[in-house]
Amino acid sequence: MPGANCDKLAKVREHLIIFEAQGLGEIDQMQIRFQRSTIGVVAALGLALGAGVSPAAAQGTAYKPPRTSDGKPNMNGIWQALNFANWDLQDHASGPSVETDCGALCAEPGGPGVVEGGEIPYLPAAKAKKEENKKNHMALDPEVRCYLPGVPRANYMPYPFQIFQSDKAFAIAYQYDGAFRNIYLKDPGPAPADSWMGQSYGKWEGDTFVVDVTGLDERTWFDRAGDYHSDELHVVERYTLTGPDTMNYEATITDPKVYSRPWKISMPLYKHVEKNARLMEFKCVEFVEELMYGQYRKK
Amino acid sequence: MKIGVRLSAAAVFVVVTAAAQIPRTPDGHPDFQGLWTNATLTPVERPPRLAGNANLVDFFHLELRDGEGEQDHGSALASINGVERSSLVVDPPDGKIPLRAARVPEHSRFDSVRDRPLSERCLMGFGAPAGPPMLPVLDNSNYQIVQTPDYVMIMVEMVHDVRIVRMNGMHPPQNVRQWMGDSIGHWEGDTLIVDTTNFTSKTRFRGASQDMHVIERFTRGTGEDAGAFLYKATIDDPATFSKPWTMEYPFLATAGPIFEYACHEGNYALADILGGARKEDAGTGKR
Repeated sequence: MPGANCDKLAKVREHLIIFEAQGLGEIDQMQIRFQRSTIGVVAALGLALGAGVSPAAAQGTAYKPPRTSDGKPNMNGIWQALNFANWDLQDHASGPSVETDCGALCAEPGGPGVVEGGEIPYLPAAKAKKEENKKNHMALDPEVRCYLPGVPRANYMPYPFQIFQSDKAFAIAYQYDGAFRNIYLKDPGPAPADSWMGQSYGKWEGDTFVVDVTGLDERTWFDRAGDYHSDELHVVERYTLTGPDTMNYEATITDPKVYSRPWKISMPLYKHVEKNARLMEFKCVEFVEELMYGQYRKK
Repeated sequence: MKIGVRLSAAAVFVVVTAAAQIPRTPDGHPDFQGLWTNATLTPVERPPRLAGNANLVDFFHLELRDGEGEQDHGSALASINGVERSSLVVDPPDGKIPLRAARVPEHSRFDSVRDRPLSERCLMGFGAPAGPPMLPVLDNSNYQIVQTPDYVMIMVEMVHDVRIVRMNGMHPPQNVRQWMGDSIGHWEGDTLIVDTTNFTSKTRFRGASQDMHVIERFTRGTGEDAGAFLYKATIDDPATFSKPWTMEYPFLATAGPIFEYACHEGNYALADILGGARKEDAGTGKR
């Protein structure tokens, strides 16, 4: 490995050690917990959704999607977001990276926001924590260490994902870190334990696939700008085909510990139509080993 | 007595007469969707003490009877055509993998993370549960299959590895290499054939090289074997094995849910293992 990269890794490791020592990078607790009460969350969410307008109605589209054998809109395919939400969900200008030795490769591309209303409604203390996260994102962002991305982040990372939809199942495989979600089509009951990708239960509302995601581990983030949540996160996703190669993706995010009200992101997803399109392995664990374990190398 | 599976010759191989009984997808192919386990007490290779005996011997029966309840690594021997097997390897008939040279143990060095086994690094499950070939392992030998007209997706519980089989696809160029290789599939009658090449040189399946070629055959059981499919895998790698060899064992329907196996996220052992080795180097380690 070139010297410059080694220096960079050493620097990042230093950050990691500092923040773990300060208890800001707590990653060392197994967090298998039983499902918490979600009554408050569900009530709040009902308000949020009631106030919303269905995407198809809003767009006034009469798109008639192709159907699977059981008559549901056919969402099979390799999809990807084409936006800058993984850098920052909110409107942001381009900027340099914390790391300077990788030049333009590590710079942050500017992009329009995907948050409806523009701003994430953080509670005051939570806003301060987000800013702290942002300042130290190279040390704290779980993506740096190739941890599972959680929901909704998995859907707008700069990697494709593939939907496998049959009359019996709906599963999503992600290129990033080989993340996987099985979307239950029958109510599985409360999640037996929190997990990085959560427990997903999907049902059709007309031509929209609505997925209720609970049991999400609190250690995931939403982007590289430090946007975060607590263990009370509840996500409701809506997938709606809008054309042969496009769909609209929405996620309503509720977490009373961190936000003053539910909020929503919305973006199009695009289907890969290349003849040789396929999901590749991106087992990034291998790519972060030097960062995470390099200090244990025999001198 | 618990019985893992009994796949009779009629159920497995006479698919013409049993065709109507096989669950099928809307496009008419056998339906392999659902949750499956290949957990079994049968070892990959026949233990030396059973040499020359392809069938189960009393030793295993005793072990089985003494066992209390379900075990993670299975509660029964692989049983095919009414015969309980003493090895998953069926060809060569001696139940031994025809290795050209003894395998080099991969656990003995601690100089850097790359010296450690893939499972310890959370790169692949221990014992090749994803493979291919997909071997039963010590625990969590569970799989989910989803089928669409163009793909067969196999999610492996261990390390949440997802295998995506592209039906009637072509392998990419030889420079494209992946841990689980590249899998393409086609149907031969009611049998799903999956062909996998393009492995990495780091994949380490039983000492095989990156040129390993694996052909898997999935065939659904019928009648009393409807809750199972027969899995057959032939492994070829002339540099490593003196001839192609074949394993055969059942996958049984199992109940969920399959939990998320987030291995890397909780991998504290690796830092301790390597850190311990460095302390030992420095003479500061405690014995």
